Amino acid sequence: MGQPRMRSLGSLIGSLITAAGAIAVLVLAPWWLLLAAVLLLALWTMVTRIGRQAWSVTEVGLATIPQRLGASSVVVVGIAGVVAVLVALLAMAAGFEATLKQSGTNDTAIVMRAGAHTEINSVLDHDSAGLVAQAPQVLRNEQGQPIASPELVVVASLPKKSNGLDANVEVRGVGERAWSLRPEVRIIAGRKFGPGLRELIVGKGAREQFSGVDLGSTLRLNGQTWTVVGAFDSGDAHNSELWADTDVVAATYRRGSSTASVTVRLTGADAFDAYQAGLASDRRLTVETKTTRAYYTDQSAALARLIRILGITVAAIMAIGAVFGALNTMYAAVATRSREIATLRAIGFRAVPVIVSVLLETMLLALLGGALGAALSWVIFNHYTVSTLGSNFTEVVFAFQVSPPVLWTGLKWALAIGLIGGLFPALRAARLPVTAGLREL
Amino acid sequence: MKYLQLIWTAMFRSKTRTIFTLLSVLAAFLLFGLLDSVRSAFANAATSVAGVDRLMTVSKISFTLSLPKSLLPRIEALPGVAKVTYANWFGGIYQDPKNFFPNEAVADNFFDLYPEWRLSQAERTAFGNTRTGAVVGESLAKKFHWKLGDKIPLQATIYPQKNGGNNWTFDLVGIYRAADPKRKSEENLLFFNWDYFDEARAFGNGNVGWYVLKVTDRKLAQQVAQALDALSTNSDHETKTQTEQAFNAAFVGQYGDIGLIVGAIMGAVFFTLILLTGNTMAQAVRERIPELAVLKTIGFSNHSVLGLVLAESVLLILLGGAIGLVLAGVVVDAVRAAVGTAVPMTRVGAAIWLRGVGLMILIGLIVGALPARRGMRLRIVDALAGR
Repeated sequence: MGQPRMRSLGSLIGSLITAAGAIAVLVLAPWWLLLAAVLLLALWTMVTRIGRQAWSVTEVGLATIPQRLGASSVVVVGIAGVVAVLVALLAMAAGFEATLKQSGTNDTAIVMRAGAHTEINSVLDHDSAGLVAQAPQVLRNEQGQPIASPELVVVASLPKKSNGLDANVEVRGVGERAWSLRPEVRIIAGRKFGPGLRELIVGKGAREQFSGVDLGSTLRLNGQTWTVVGAFDSGDAHNSELWADTDVVAATYRRGSSTASVTVRLTGADAFDAYQAGLASDRRLTVETKTTRAYYTDQSAALARLIRILGITVAAIMAIGAVFGALNTMYAAVATRSREIATLRAIGFRAVPVIVSVLLETMLLALLGGALGAALSWVIFNHYTVSTLGSNFTEVVFAFQVSPPVLWTGLKWALAIGLIGGLFPALRAARLPVTAGLREL
Repeated sequence: MKYLQLIWTAMFRSKTRTIFTLLSVLAAFLLFGLLDSVRSAFANAATSVAGVDRLMTVSKISFTLSLPKSLLPRIEALPGVAKVTYANWFGGIYQDPKNFFPNEAVADNFFDLYPEWRLSQAERTAFGNTRTGAVVGESLAKKFHWKLGDKIPLQATIYPQKNGGNNWTFDLVGIYRAADPKRKSEENLLFFNWDYFDEARAFGNGNVGWYVLKVTDRKLAQQVAQALDALSTNSDHETKTQTEQAFNAAFVGQYGDIGLIVGAIMGAVFFTLILLTGNTMAQAVRERIPELAVLKTIGFSNHSVLGLVLAESVLLILLGGAIGLVLAGVVVDAVRAAVGTAVPMTRVGAAIWLRGVGLMILIGLIVGALPARRGMRLRIVDALAGR
């Protein structure tokens, strides 16, 4: 009695290890490796005898799916649910990351007070702001003026269109040369704010998410009335902001002549190291210098990571449910086909084609489910726009990005679920005692 | 009730299948428990301030903006206010940003308002008398191997000193303990003297980050909050007074619409679950058609067969769901113990169980409906003949 039990325990552990190994390969493998594996499998089914046997058994299995439509759809829908949720949350993280990453380049640099990390924490006095712009690595325009923008970030409260609740919006005071610093910024409605006036222009994203920022409307900042005179599109995180003249913002918020940061255009991406070193060695300054790409990438890291962890946790719990659903379906499928499988074994088919056929069938169903879930997510969520809290504790508007890598991850999960859900029933099918199977009604 | 044995046996007729189904139901309700705990934490926090005796006053626009200290005497003078204290976020870094822990400059009566944090009288006096004194939680002190008398250097992120330096050094004069051992996660803060902070910082002098006040009577909380916010209406520093939970929830709530996200995920989960268990039940009934026919032959009415099948499917979901919710409760308690109020989660209590069990019964009835109808309608002769 003890012997067979030991053996079945051993084989269970063996198949668990195989499953874990296969999933690790699936998760880690790049697309070309999987493509190669699929091609190899196709070659195997066409060239070798066992492979041809496997394919013909699979064909029979697939042909009987319409008879078990309800049960098979459990595999498909279960996996579609997992993949849809996973893809949606990963697309959210990817969209947030991309929006912030686009906001920076390698040939512009942001200078803040040392240790500040974010603009809202930073204060630069007027003299420092001037010195920072005068460095030789800063690009100058035709008039010989450095392309630098002393900026000040303050917070305003505006009602969100979605729920009517007040949320924090970033108001960025920019210098007169902000336009040549960020040539990608286009005015899409109205006009630019006038220097020295209490006028604002609103970013495309902020305009969509918040009410009370239409052209010509007025809003109160720190007790003073400001007018919205235009709207702009920068294609990045600045779209969540309102822009105005730095000096007027500073006056309104009683910041004197200080600013929060200075952003400069460098003569080239290779000039950054010299620029940073130059500022660091200047005894008059205590500042930190980053390329704007590095600055915005750092800001997105923590939240994007949090969303990914959330997505993977939720999807993992859902995947457990889907695996058991698939197991149930495939065990039932094997049970209904037990007589057929026993016949095949009796006329000389080996165990391998039987295992491969059940596994292939499950994986194909899983792939269908994965594709369905990914497509669903893509249709609903691609470019879906939401806003969240950025590192200045103000709203950052961004769009979901259902990108190919995200879809690919979803499909890999689907295949992994199909693999586990199919492996054990496949092994059961191979071990069915032939005589008992033939006698079954 | 007398049929319980019968239902139970029928349910475990195919052990593997039932156990797999139970495990999927378990996974679904584990997820439900976790997500509903987060969702209710937000929903509860939004409720009124009535019935709470400690309130928090921050700038109405953003908690990153500070308030003038000149408000203090006016708040103290409000009827219904027992004690007021104030604090500033400092955001200093100890050695490396990875070592993050909250650190705040607080007024000398700060610990009077937080009796749940135990600090001995001697240490409290030392904190008051030492200009550069600091108090930390026991867990934090253990983590960095600090003991009384140690010097703790912090790198400022917001407030440089008047001489332009970013280095602030504090003398550890006290270690506080959470009165409730379950709230060990609250022992991860560092507090230092606001007077020293205000004197040494380069800018922002005379402003405080937020006020904390205790009301004389819980019933007055709503009234005090309104009166306090009225003090600064139409000024350039309007305030918002709320409970600490409401503050935390509003903060995290700005990250996104929690209810919507949770609702969408749960929709996907339960849709899948209904399909999955529905299939299991259909299978189970299909296999048992001859048995159900026998039951009818020996005198069970159509309705009792319907009831038997429905009861089986409800029982199946209830069993899996209950284990899932128990598990969710364990996980939520573990998370709360580990990270405290940073992740708003309510305990998996009566309200969540009530919603959960309601959902279980509903889903059980939905998935059982079709198979049960089939069982009810079957004709004995056909079923016994295997037609």
